[in-house]
Amino acid sequence: MDNQAKLEFKSLPANVAFARVTVAAFASQLDFTLNDIEEIKVAVSEAVANAIIHGYDNQPDGIVTIVMTISNGTLELVVGDRGKGIANVKKALEPSSSTDPERMGLGFVFMQSFMDSLHVESAPGKGTTVTMSKSVGSSGKKEQLEH
Amino acid sequence: MDCEYRQGTLFVRPRGELDIGVTDVFRKALEENLAKNSVNHLVFNLSQVSFIDSSGLGVILGRYKRLQQQGGRVSLVGVQPQVRRILVLSGLLTVMPEYASEEEAAARAG
Repeated sequence: MDNQAKLEFKSLPANVAFARVTVAAFASQLDFTLNDIEEIKVAVSEAVANAIIHGYDNQPDGIVTIVMTISNGTLELVVGDRGKGIANVKKALEPSSSTDPERMGLGFVFMQSFMDSLHVESAPGKGTTVTMSKSVGSSGKKEQLEH
Repeated sequence: MDCEYRQGTLFVRPRGELDIGVTDVFRKALEENLAKNSVNHLVFNLSQVSFIDSSGLGVILGRYKRLQQQGGRVSLVGVQPQVRRILVLSGLLTVMPEYASEEEAAARAG
């Protein structure tokens, strides 16, 4: 059965765990393996952490939204912020592109590796929207769209 | 988080989920322990860690860089399957040895 839900929360680090657990519970309506669910949790953590750290510069007053949609055996997640945005999305998607020496620039790598598709839309001052999807039984199939 | 210092080796035993919700506390505790002890071998016992993302990895990598600059080393113990996949994908397991137990890690410290 198709389904949709929307999460909206403040850009607080404590909400990253809330987001991934909630998405995992929603995703469990599909017949994902435990492995798939673990991968979805990592992808959600990375997307939300990016919104908090990069989109909102760790300021707690931002709003992060996640729209979760189940349709035809596919989970689609749209993680959005209204933060500062990314000037060069293509560069941000490259491994080790992080500006923080302690972060490894692996956030997008994990999202790309663990989801079937990843699409990032962003513009300076206009926030960032990360759309990613994963289908039941799709392991191995990867698609990457940049914009 | 539990830390234990023994003869140049600092054993660190974080618990739960290592994401940006806990990395500041994790990093601070590590830095305090590294500052007050003469550490040449840092052993992360991850047997109680059920989740890690790039934020958690960043804290481990940051300490690895610090120890490496000082001629020290970092080892991993008790990595759980879901955490292992992240460590493999990140390449961390290619630069840090992994052991079955803290005793083995300490014995191989050289």
